[in-house]
Amino acid sequence: MSKEKMARQFTEAIPHARALSMQIDHLGDGIVEMSMPYDTKLIGDPETGVIHGGAVYALLDTCCGAAVVCHPASKGGTATIGLRIDYMRAATPGQTIRTRAECYHVTRSVAFVRATAMDDDTDRPVASATGTFTVEGDL
Amino acid sequence: MSEGKFVKPRSGRPEPVQVIKQRRDAALRALVHGVPYIQFLGIEFDRRGDELTALLPFDNKLIGNPLLPALHGGVTAAFLEVTAIIGLSWVTLWEEIESGRIDPQNLVAGNLPRLPKTIDFTVDYLRTGLPRDAYARASVNRSGRRYASVHVEAWQDNRSRAFAQATGHFLMPRQSG
Repeated sequence: MSKEKMARQFTEAIPHARALSMQIDHLGDGIVEMSMPYDTKLIGDPETGVIHGGAVYALLDTCCGAAVVCHPASKGGTATIGLRIDYMRAATPGQTIRTRAECYHVTRSVAFVRATAMDDDTDRPVASATGTFTVEGDL
Repeated sequence: MSEGKFVKPRSGRPEPVQVIKQRRDAALRALVHGVPYIQFLGIEFDRRGDELTALLPFDNKLIGNPLLPALHGGVTAAFLEVTAIIGLSWVTLWEEIESGRIDPQNLVAGNLPRLPKTIDFTVDYLRTGLPRDAYARASVNRSGRRYASVHVEAWQDNRSRAFAQATGHFLMPRQSG
């Protein structure tokens, strides 16, 4: 099975990714782009309708994990060791969140990933993430 | 923080315990139930005095790895972040309710306080989140006028074996008045 197909299956088999309607838009060597449509159930601030940081976190975490899986040096499985997210601004209500993750270094046991989250205004990122992930064999 | 700051009625006698409990629980429920995403994840809060414990009842939609199976890392992070935000808001809200500056009836009617905004959030995944209920508690390390620093720990069966912990910085809502 190709890495791409594996990463796609890996992500689409995740119940929580389905619950948040996450979608893979692009897969490359260690690079993944994903999106998550706006939904009122994700609102974290009822006054403004801005989605909760936790939902953006979940999308970034999934996108980073997928980037690890489709890195050429990946052995198929992964789990998050640590992930830090900086929230630069509130995502605009009603707009799809798009993330791009890049797995930029892999050792025998650790994969290093960085990612950003955007809405329609691509000049101003909503959030950025840096994380470390395990490198594991068969899932 | 003291649990004994009762708002005394005019007679000077402390209010009956049920009245106090009901007022505090109504305020907490309004705060938690006002946020759609907290409802979506199914998170509830248990209150003992001013101490809160967050509960995440297991549900299949929280799964991140169907083969293990394990909780999604994003769910764990969201659970920790929700616990931190509610924990931080509760410290402020508790003082305002106990001092009588805020009427809980107002909260129940939907006039909720502005919530703190997350500046950054770092999650440390210690163990696999198992497909069962999870609990979390936040401790506010510092809460200034503008910024706050909060630490959160989540566990499942054993309190002493956390499966994840996090530290986050938050921007405090502007105080009214």
